[in-house]
Formats: sequence, C-alpha cells, structure tokens
Amino acid sequence: MSLLQISEPGQSLDPHQRRVAVGIDLGTTHSLVAAVRHGVAECLPAADGRVLLPSVVRYLDPAAGGAGREIGFEALAAQVQDPANTVSSVKRLMGRSPAQVVGADKLPYTIVEDQGMAVIETVAGRKTPMEVSAEILAMLRFRAEDSFDDELYGAVITVPAYFDDAQRQATKDAAKLAGINVLRLINEPTAAAIAYGLDNAAEGVYAIYDLGGGTFDISILRLTQGVFEVMATGGDSALGGDDYDQCLLAWVLQQQGAHAALSASERAALSAEARRCKEALSEEPDQVVFAATVAGKQIDQVVRPADFEACVAALTARTMGAVRKVLRDAGITASQANGVVMVGGSTRMPAIRRAVGEFFGQTPLTNLNPDEVVALGAAIQANALAGNSRDGDLLLLDVIPLSLGIETMGGLVERIVPRNSAIPTALAQDFTTYHDGQTALAVHVVQGERDLVADCRSLARFELRGIPPMVAGAARIRVTFTVDADGLLSVSAKEQGSGVEARVDVKPAYGLSDEQIATMLKESFATAQQDMAVRALVEARVDADRLIAATRSALQADGGLLSAPELVAVESLIDSLADKARQSESAANIESATEALGKGTEAFAALRMNQGIRKALSGKKLEEV
Amino acid sequence: MTLSLQSTDFDIFGLAPRFAIDRAALDARWKDLQREAHPDRFATAPAAAQREAMQWSVRINEAYQRLKDPLKRAAYLCELNGAPIHAEDNTAMSPAFLMQQMQWREDLDEADTPADLERMAEDVAVARRAMLEALQHAADVQLDHAALAQQVRSLMFVERFARDVDARLDQLGQ
Repeated sequence: MSLLQISEPGQSLDPHQRRVAVGIDLGTTHSLVAAVRHGVAECLPAADGRVLLPSVVRYLDPAAGGAGREIGFEALAAQVQDPANTVSSVKRLMGRSPAQVVGADKLPYTIVEDQGMAVIETVAGRKTPMEVSAEILAMLRFRAEDSFDDELYGAVITVPAYFDDAQRQATKDAAKLAGINVLRLINEPTAAAIAYGLDNAAEGVYAIYDLGGGTFDISILRLTQGVFEVMATGGDSALGGDDYDQCLLAWVLQQQGAHAALSASERAALSAEARRCKEALSEEPDQVVFAATVAGKQIDQVVRPADFEACVAALTARTMGAVRKVLRDAGITASQANGVVMVGGSTRMPAIRRAVGEFFGQTPLTNLNPDEVVALGAAIQANALAGNSRDGDLLLLDVIPLSLGIETMGGLVERIVPRNSAIPTALAQDFTTYHDGQTALAVHVVQGERDLVADCRSLARFELRGIPPMVAGAARIRVTFTVDADGLLSVSAKEQGSGVEARVDVKPAYGLSDEQIATMLKESFATAQQDMAVRALVEARVDADRLIAATRSALQADGGLLSAPELVAVESLIDSLADKARQSESAANIESATEALGKGTEAFAALRMNQGIRKALSGKKLEEV
Repeated sequence: MTLSLQSTDFDIFGLAPRFAIDRAALDARWKDLQREAHPDRFATAPAAAQREAMQWSVRINEAYQRLKDPLKRAAYLCELNGAPIHAEDNTAMSPAFLMQQMQWREDLDEADTPADLERMAEDVAVARRAMLEALQHAADVQLDHAALAQQVRSLMFVERFARDVDARLDQLGQ
C-alpha cells in the first residue's frame, strides 16, 4: 500500500487537493463504480473496458488452492455448471432471515439460518450476504484505485429507497468488510434524480420509477435550485427483473407441459435463458425462441411479445399500485408530475415504458443510460461530500421510507417515526419501570405500517442498562430514537430525574454485532496480509491527517470567530497532533491526540454553526419579531 | 439574537409567532437552513462539527414539521403561551360538536360507495376550513390562547375522522 502524505505543520492546505471519492451502485444483478473527473461523472471501466460488474461471486474448493473465489463475469460463466457455489442476487438476502427471502426455493444455492440471518452454504463454508457483497465492493474499490492510481478516500453507496434499517446496516457492514469508508448511503431514485436533475438543469416535481433486478422503488422528488427534496417514497424491495424472468420461465414450462422438479443446474440454465429472451423481446421482434434442455429433452418454445406481456401483467400492475400509493403520500396527482424518470435495466421493457407513460400522461425520460444513472448520481454526491466541488450547491433532503415503532402491550406497535419523515430526525418517548429497583429496560423496535408487531419487521432489541434503582414507576426514562442521514436508527436513553445516561446494547435481529464485524475484519482477505498493529497505526495516521486538514480548512474559513488566545490553543493542538502522527509508533497515542483536537474545537464548531444559521436568516427576515 | 437548539421554532425560522404563515416562504427558509446545517455539509469535518450539524439538522426538521402543519402549529402556539393542549386530560366538548361527530361516525358506518365517501370527505374538508379560519382569529386577533387550545382539541377529532374516511377510500381501492 502506498504511503500517505501527512501535511507538515505550517503548510497550508492545497485548495486544489482532491480526494478520490466514488459512487457505487451495488445492484442485484450488476454493480458499477463511477467518479467525477474533469467536472464530468463517468463510470469507471474494468481492464477489459466493461463498466458493468455482474453481482456474482463463485466460491471455490479451498483444497484446490488459489484465490478461493471468482467475481463478476468469470463467476457468471460458471453459474450453470456450479450453481450451488455461485452466489447471484445476494442483495435479496441482505438484512433478511431465511423466511423473509422471497422466492428462496427458486435460488440455485442453499440458504440456511445463522443467528437469525440468511446465510449461504458453499464449498468454502458458510458465507453471510455481507461477505459476498464485500467481495463485489472490494473489486470496485480496486478498480477505482487503479483508475486514479491513488487510495480511495470514500464512497457513496446506493440502496433501494425502500430498504429498511436492517438492509441498510447490512450494506454498511459489507462496505466496512471491503475496507471502504462510506461517506453516505443514498437512495437509488434520489441518486438517479441527481444525475438527471443536473444533466437536464430541471426544476419541478419528478417521479422516479426504478425497476432493478430485484427491487422496485418509486420516489417523488421536488427539485429547486440544487435542493433535491424527497416528498414521498415507496416500492417493493422484493420485486424486480428477476421476477419477470421467473414468470416467463413458469409460462414456458406450463406451455411445454413440463412438471418435473428441476435440478439446481437446470434452474440456473433456464433462468439465464429466460433473461436472454426477456432482453431480446425488448427489441420488439415478432417473436423469440426459448431454447433449453429439461430432463434430457430439448424444448423450443416460441414467445411473442404479447405472450410475455400477458404473463407479466400482474407484476407490472403491482408496481403501478405502489405508484398510486406514493402519489397519495406525496399529496399530488399523476398529472402534477413535471417529468417521469426511468431507472434500472428492467425499464427497457416496452410494456413498462407504455404502462408508466400512460399513467403519467407523458413520455418518460430515458436519455441517460438506465444501467449507469444511479452510479453517476452517487458519484456526483460523493464528489460534493468529499469537498471536491467548489460551491456546495447540491443538497439532498431525503426521507425514511417505512415507519419505525416500538412493541407495546399485547403485541401492538406504537409508531414513533412516521414514514416519509424528513431525515435526519429524532423523536423521544418516555418509559418507566414496572418493578422496584429495576435497572434495565428492553425496547423492541420494528419497522412497517401495520398495527401488530407480528406483521412488521423486527429490527433490533435495545437493552438499556444502568438505570438508577428506584421505586416502580418512579423512573422517567426518555428514549430518543434518532434516524441519521443514512436512514439508520440509533437509540439513546436518559433517566430524566437523575440525568443518568443508560448504556444501550443493540441486538440486531438480522445482522452482525460490532464485535463480529471486528473479528471478520481481522480474518478477511483485506487484512490477512497485514500485521494488525501496522494497520492500526496507519489508520490512526490517516484519521489524524484528515482531522488536521479539516480543522485547518475550518480555521481558514472562520478563524475570525476565535479570539487570539483561542486560536493559539487550537493551533498548538494541531501542531501536537501533527508531531505525534509523524513520530509516534503508537496508534493509541495518536488516537488520544486526535481526540484532544476534536474536544478542543467543540466550542469553535458551535460558533460556526450558529453563524451559519444566522446567515441563513439574515437579510431575509420577513417580519420583525 | 443568539440562537440555540432551545430557541423556539419561530425564532429558528425567523418568523413572528403567529398562526398565519406564508407556506412558500416557510419551505424556502427550511431549505436555506438545511443548506447550512445538514450533515452532508460536514462529511469531511471534525467529529464535533458533525455532531453539531446532526443536532441542528434534526432540530430544523422538527421545527419545520411543526410549523408546516396547521394543527401542530396552533398547538405549539398554545404551549408557548402557557395553555398546553393536554388532550387526554381535557375531553369536554360542546354538546353540539359531539352530536356532529356522532352523526359523522354513523354516516361513515353506513357509507358503502366511493361516491358517498367522497361526499363525506368534502363535508369534512369544508368544516375543517371553517375551523382553521376560526383558529386564526383566536390566535392572531383575539390572542385568546385558552380558547385556541379548545379549538385545537376539537380540530384533532375532525382530523382523525378525515383520516378514517381516507382509510376507507383506500380500502375501496381509490
């Protein structure tokens, strides 16, 4: 790994210093990485020139030696001969228990349950969906680092807007395993809107219809002067192009009168042929021929466009139902949309374009490549977050797609954060104790719109410990539910009377705990070659470097807010950290100096924020108070 | 004036504490404020600044949600003026109002066509508009916050009923 440059104290930050920040579309069937270069967002190709990376990982028998796995086109090619170890569409398993994976029986590999999570049994052992996704993300990371011949600073990774907390957390965990610093998780429709909004320089209300390989999202956004405000979002996180393939496959088998159970290998081959036919039909030929072998018998089924549309009509109708609901949530009618954007390879299907066009009474926008648009939008956002774009005029105001609630008596759900609330947001709920001297409390958080806990998704159990012992009912514990800009939930709790903050232990329903991730990181390919101590030291230096650069930048902008002695104090903390970062061999020493600089600038941060807020109000006061 | 997280919603948005509001100006102000405070602006900033940003961004969203909804805004004005709503403790309503509510509930039970429901929704909308006008008068002209609180409690009934009508329309697939 190349050495990192650490600024010499006294050296001012180079205003043209760019950080390598990319956007990553981690899709069900394909993934991409994109970056802004010379002011233009573009997808980064692999050595062979292809920008798409099939989201497929094949695990090899460890006894055979070698890399142990294949990723991308190589793995895809092996899907038919080695279906049990070739993992495709892993996005469908992220943050899910086996019971929740829709169509699990149609997947050619074996899924089992491990600590609530769906995991895959392969010849190389059990693999969690996060590990599989991490392999794909790492490939994209290496591709980006090769393209720029530089370390990756961070990435914006996209997720379906309708992904719940567990699915989002799993995505973040996968990125961690791949050694990627996640700048932000953003919703796929919002990313597409960025690419279109900035490309078409448009203002108004837009509907983003995003049908990918495995997920469907519909978002309504309002664009005004660089601000992308999500009005409402909805969808189906288990409906995508894959389902259209399976529909066609089932129809073909029915036409052929083939009822025998399929082997995993046959299923993989037939699914691939179904996808090929679906894509060929998008060119609107008179017909295509579905050709495959089932139980030793060769079948050739003629499929006309009308046949295909008839058998998938119900799927398309389902998407339109979600569209109607989201328009109601946004409080607008179809005719009030200024434009409709099509995102995702599956929107190439003529039936989809027709249905959407008819519903909205206008031709959908398709001028950007539907496969690339999400990655491009993510790259633009990554560029802005990394501080590379000169004027930060891009702002995303997104929402939480599903209500968050807690379990109360009788298995009912009490909604704390309603769906389509702007994020970040925080809402508090007061609890009390039931027994004398009770020092702990458990809160079960669920996500969904139904009234019964059993009908919602269990997210996690939060155990609050360290409540001061009191008479039953005397404690007033304020539990604050915070949803951050990534759409992730965190919980904090404080006993109001004593001011004691409870310790919160999170037990996710479908994910990995922090300790488990740390263990996996130690054992994973990304760290295997390195001595752990060396890695910790390098990371401590990188963090110190970042904080110094950020603090210097802040001083350059608003140093005037500090008095002379305050300025001197901050500068000396910077110098002390820069010294330690250069000279110390102890990660712990550098980390504590980093923390000291952070603490020493808290007051400065508060002043800057206050100034910013006042600036937003000054000169625009409507009325005298 | 120095603003803090404890400042009122109106102060944070630079608006006079009244019921009448310019919705377009409120929306524009929300975006201006989030441009300054949103965590995305601080992605490469020190951890302390990121925490500040998070707190302010949350506070601004909270204020926006409260100020843009007429009922929440009216309830907030009551709170600020020493007449909090306390809906669970104050259930007394005028007999005429209660009769109206009961009649509406009966009509909803008997309604079974989308046309019936849409007519009901329109009736409720008319009643709601009238109540909002009265609210504005109590809040901004009479400055009678006790009366305002009572009106808010009544309006809460009406809003809940409007939601129930909508839910029934949803069920019928509209």
